[in-house]
Amino acid sequence: MSVTTVVLAGVGGQGTILAGDVLAKVAVAEGYDVKLSEVHGMAQRGGSVDTVVRFGDDVRSPVVDPGVAEHLIAFEMIEAARALRFLRPDGRLVVNRRTVAPLPVLIGDLPMPEDLEPALSAEGAVFLDAEALACEAGSPKSANVVLLGTAAYGLPFARETWCRVIGERVPPKTVEANLRAFELGSNACAKGVCEA
Amino acid sequence: MARALMSGNEAVARGAWEAGVAVGVGYPGTPSTEVLENLVRYDGVRCEWAPNEKVAAEVAGGVSFGGRRALVTMKHVGLNVAADPLFTQAYTGVTGGLVYLVADDPGMHSSQNEQDTRNLAAAAHVPVFEPADSQEALEFVRKAFDVSERFDVPVIVRMTTRVSHSKSLTKAGERTEIERIPYEKRPQKYVMMPGMARVRRVDLDSRLAALAEYAGTTDANRIEMRDVALGIITSGVAYQYVRESMPDASVLKLGFTNPLPDDLILDFCSKVSRVAVVEELGPYLSLRLRSLDIEQMDTGLSAIGELSPVTVLRAFGGSAPETRAQVADLPPRPPLLCPGCPHRGVFHALGKMRAVVTGDIGCYTLAALAPLTAMDSCVCMGASIGMAHGAALAGTTEGPVVGVIGDSTFAHSGMTGLLHMAYSGKGGTVVVLDNRTTAMTGHQGNPVSGVALGGGPARALDLETLAKAMGADSVRTVDPHDLSGTLEVLRQEVAEDHLSVVIAKAPCALLVREPKDPYAVDEEACTKCGACVRLGCPAISRDENSRAIIDTALCVGCSQCVQVCRFDAIVRVGPSCDLGGGV
Repeated sequence: MSVTTVVLAGVGGQGTILAGDVLAKVAVAEGYDVKLSEVHGMAQRGGSVDTVVRFGDDVRSPVVDPGVAEHLIAFEMIEAARALRFLRPDGRLVVNRRTVAPLPVLIGDLPMPEDLEPALSAEGAVFLDAEALACEAGSPKSANVVLLGTAAYGLPFARETWCRVIGERVPPKTVEANLRAFELGSNACAKGVCEA
Repeated sequence: MARALMSGNEAVARGAWEAGVAVGVGYPGTPSTEVLENLVRYDGVRCEWAPNEKVAAEVAGGVSFGGRRALVTMKHVGLNVAADPLFTQAYTGVTGGLVYLVADDPGMHSSQNEQDTRNLAAAAHVPVFEPADSQEALEFVRKAFDVSERFDVPVIVRMTTRVSHSKSLTKAGERTEIERIPYEKRPQKYVMMPGMARVRRVDLDSRLAALAEYAGTTDANRIEMRDVALGIITSGVAYQYVRESMPDASVLKLGFTNPLPDDLILDFCSKVSRVAVVEELGPYLSLRLRSLDIEQMDTGLSAIGELSPVTVLRAFGGSAPETRAQVADLPPRPPLLCPGCPHRGVFHALGKMRAVVTGDIGCYTLAALAPLTAMDSCVCMGASIGMAHGAALAGTTEGPVVGVIGDSTFAHSGMTGLLHMAYSGKGGTVVVLDNRTTAMTGHQGNPVSGVALGGGPARALDLETLAKAMGADSVRTVDPHDLSGTLEVLRQEVAEDHLSVVIAKAPCALLVREPKDPYAVDEEACTKCGACVRLGCPAISRDENSRAIIDTALCVGCSQCVQVCRFDAIVRVGPSCDLGGGV
């Protein structure tokens, strides 16, 4: 009864919840039992947001404990470091090379943590610039789909299923750009372009 | 029908619709809000946001009285507001099925306290279902309507954040159309004056006795025998954690938790060597076991916050998985007011005035955090106004006392506080933050906004007229984006002895579909004074030389920072590139 856990970590507004929804639907379409857990309400106002997708033969808990997740896809570097506790020592870490300053940093109460990139690199992170790839794909707002592409690279789901679910989920006019974004994310990992 | 991913809240809506519900009514509150937002999409159901949970419970009670099935939704603290009708509805019982959907928030993800609704339900003598996933949420809501009518009592379905907001595979069914039960005059049942209430109180006990028997036979409560060395009694999402972490343990899974099935509990306990209770919040199940003289393992599990598979595993001697060490000291990332939030203008003014601010529940509660730090209390819906009056009665002179409340919260339970202030004749200052929506819970309509549940138009309450009618001596409307204008009006009003209501009216920044062009900082002109940074706008930060910088992708051009800059260093720039359209 094996269960695979994917954590999507980011900042409220970055689209982790919607990305998690696509990932969960893909897992369902591939015949797995699936649970998805997300947080609504106050935390969404620019706070840390972790979306958890778990799939397998029989998934019980919708939440993830530290040291359990096989995959951590981080939409931002501080949140990558914060959510790192969820990742197994042998887990896979993909990090969007971007920082969003939290309020205590914006107002100068606390310093921005230094050397996050080498520290995450030492944890085995592969990096990419999801926003740049999203622009390349033709839609700056599709950075979350680029990151889904990186998740897809490490997950046992058919490319056709991903494309179908993404196509159903995004606004009709943006389907092509989003599919390009997905491919760019997936290819970046396949080619090792985003290796540290 | 094939199984589909549904959140617990979607499943509740589906279950209510399948059960033939005629009306859904409630007040938004995380994590319960999406139930009605989903129910309104089904045909054949009338859904309404009420100004507060008490009104919602009374409307639902009226639907039941009128012979139809009704669902009323709220978060745990909402049940405190609705407790008054609930406690007596237990006496009157129902005609059409009456179901309360109450969502608890262990861990306080988006709440001011933790409450275990089962305790309030037991005090009110009403039955409780506790689903553990979306499939059960759907099925238990259907059962709840049947139980409500069969046993003549309102029924609570108790959700928690993880059940409401987790999605799992759920098989839906078809709707059963329920005929209206014709009205019949029954004062002995429905007019709870003492003589009749005394009779109904005794009758309630006989209904509870029948419900206790039901608890022992319903399939919502079940014994799963495995290894007899350990038997775990559990309910809700905690059941999932038990199954994940202790797959070999025998389990008594309780889905119907008031009244509890004592015989089933005793039977289960007699079959296993050791007994343990695993429940979130509480103690509820464990207290019942104690009263039945059943010896329980001391698991050490906390009644505070949420459980998880690993906390359960550790409680039974298992070891937690290996984790990675933290790689850096990380700044916390608290939620914050959005770029262009109109609330910021009001709290900027109140901060300048060094006001003592009694606050309330909503996005604006975030103004208590640095750098604004311009809210000094937050207790419950509507408390800002009563507390402002009380603080003045106590002789608070450390600053002008100002009560601050949102539009939806004012309609919820601020109005009675204002009435009290007027009645007292003492004067005072109340600010109503009218951002045209119930923002924190996800932009629901309210009686002030002119938007109905489902997004259609509704009658919009005129706050100015209302405040005057309720006895305010001075009612003034300000644009909170106009910082000096807002500050001036607030200063004038707190200087007077009269009762004043200041309405700060500007739509929530997230409702503004076409933001204005963004601003940027003129590096040459910036003196690094930090005035703009102290607004706490997520679009403004400092560069490596301490100069302010504005993220033009986040800026919505509200101009509040322009107004606080004394050096004309913030200038408007063209729109940022945006090709639009992600998922």
